[in-house]
Amino acid sequence: MEKPLEIRWHGRGGQGAKTAAFLLAEAMIEQGKYAQGFPDYGPERMGAPIRGYNRISTEPIRLHCDIENPEIVIVLDPTLLRTENVAGGLVEGGKILINSPAGPEELKSDLDLGNGSVYTVDATRIALEEVGRPIPNLPMIGALLKVSNLADIESMTRIVSKKFEGKFNKQVVEGNLKAMKRAYQEVRG
Amino acid sequence: MGAVKARKLVALTGNDAVAEAMRQVNPDVVAAYPITPQTELMHKFADYVANGLVNTEFVLVESEHSAMSAAVGASAAGARVMTATSANGLALMWEIVYIAASTRCPIVMAVVNRALSAPINIHCDHSDSMGTRDAGWIHLHSENSQEAYDNAVQAVKIAEHRDVLLPVMVCLDGFILSHTLEAVEVLEDETVKQFIGEFRPVHNLLDTDKAMTFGPLDFHDYYFEHKIPQIIAMQNAHKVIDDVAREYAELTGRRYELVEKYKTDDAERIVVALGSTCGTAKVVVDELREQGEKVGLLKIRVFRPFPYNEVREALAHAKAVAVLDRSMSFGAQGGPVLLEVRAALYDNASVPTKGYIYGLGGRNVSPSQIRRAFEEIKEIAKTGRSSDEIGFLGVRE
Repeated sequence: MEKPLEIRWHGRGGQGAKTAAFLLAEAMIEQGKYAQGFPDYGPERMGAPIRGYNRISTEPIRLHCDIENPEIVIVLDPTLLRTENVAGGLVEGGKILINSPAGPEELKSDLDLGNGSVYTVDATRIALEEVGRPIPNLPMIGALLKVSNLADIESMTRIVSKKFEGKFNKQVVEGNLKAMKRAYQEVRG
Repeated sequence: MGAVKARKLVALTGNDAVAEAMRQVNPDVVAAYPITPQTELMHKFADYVANGLVNTEFVLVESEHSAMSAAVGASAAGARVMTATSANGLALMWEIVYIAASTRCPIVMAVVNRALSAPINIHCDHSDSMGTRDAGWIHLHSENSQEAYDNAVQAVKIAEHRDVLLPVMVCLDGFILSHTLEAVEVLEDETVKQFIGEFRPVHNLLDTDKAMTFGPLDFHDYYFEHKIPQIIAMQNAHKVIDDVAREYAELTGRRYELVEKYKTDDAERIVVALGSTCGTAKVVVDELREQGEKVGLLKIRVFRPFPYNEVREALAHAKAVAVLDRSMSFGAQGGPVLLEVRAALYDNASVPTKGYIYGLGGRNVSPSQIRRAFEEIKEIAKTGRSSDEIGFLGVRE
């Protein structure tokens, strides 16, 4: 059996880490892959650190346990770098994608990464400019597509618009899609 | 997974998957009260009711005791009834849980497994459903969301079978399954409808032409006699569950046995478990097999009626067996699964067993814990004697 790709999301309550993990899983399943998306449920409050997880595979996924050694870590809030061990358990040569205006080199020195790589994108600014709200999850999915080969941005655009249609107004949907595409283009690393 | 054409997989949580099955079953009556982690299941079903996708009479009650009471009343009146709960909600139903079984109400209830208080905890263990193991309900456990869906559909047919007429619990691990999005194959609405057929109650409280009394006083004169058919019905369930599974496999390609023997045929050491842990255990079995270790997993899908013969047969040749329990029977040798497995092996005492308690209150069940159980039982394989010490996996020492 193939070992699934494992991803960990770090965010704060309200930033959409769970939604992002679910959206990614749904998009992967839509594309004919197998995937899991799950959050780490603790006491849920706005602003509290939370984690979300994904497993992605071309075969049915049998593991139902925590992800301890992710290949990719995504940090939705740069202030978590000071309080959470975001690089904890990352596999050798793993990737960390951080929502930050800083460049990857600036952040890399503070992380205990070994030979892992750091990518950054200013997702909050992009979200503010395109959606008008500081919800960085869609731009981070866009950036993730660039640093991984999980899906192409066009098919993700299709999936997201299908999912958001009817739930949000046209302006919000288009803003989110634009933000996702911009982050795809602007991610550095 | 079998030869099924054009499988369409959709992303569903365990809660979504069971709600979807309930939508397709379209029960006459659902009575429910919300409790984490079951809440989202009922939210989803409430949406179906509100959007007119089902014809269900949805009874919103003030407690789980009332939920099960309404379910029993509706079932006695000839309705097809479903509900769902978790943990303390199931505990509050207690009195009526027994009455549902003894009144022979074929109610189907999803139990989204969660630890009982105290201390208060919303995460998974099996203390809730295991506490009802003597209540007269059939217990089906689910390894993943697919199985939760498949069990929910099959449960209706099992419960309503004339030789059974007993309520069925469809157990799925709280959060680990209920709140995890996975790929699930959902049948066509029409396929489910055909499979379960129309419910034709044997007796009906509202049938004034054949007036009957339900739930009367029944003292030392006849109570005992009325327990005998209940015992027989549970014995009958053994075959019916398997027949329904066979018929379901024709539709889906997914053949569910009462127990699943995963690489046990030539295994020297076998782990016994139920629920979502089985998936993780299969991965561990594969890893250890690659290293040349002869290990296997026996997954218990049906806990009530307990498949004694199947368990005995599957374990008969093993040199050592580790039984994993996600709940404790305080004061007993270990957890409920251990007690049943030991009872099944009583006539074959040459198979040594060791009981483990794991995952209480949602404690993560890592592959390393299962590897540890496989490693430790090498010891009892050597001595050939069961261990009377309870092992604890994943607990701080």
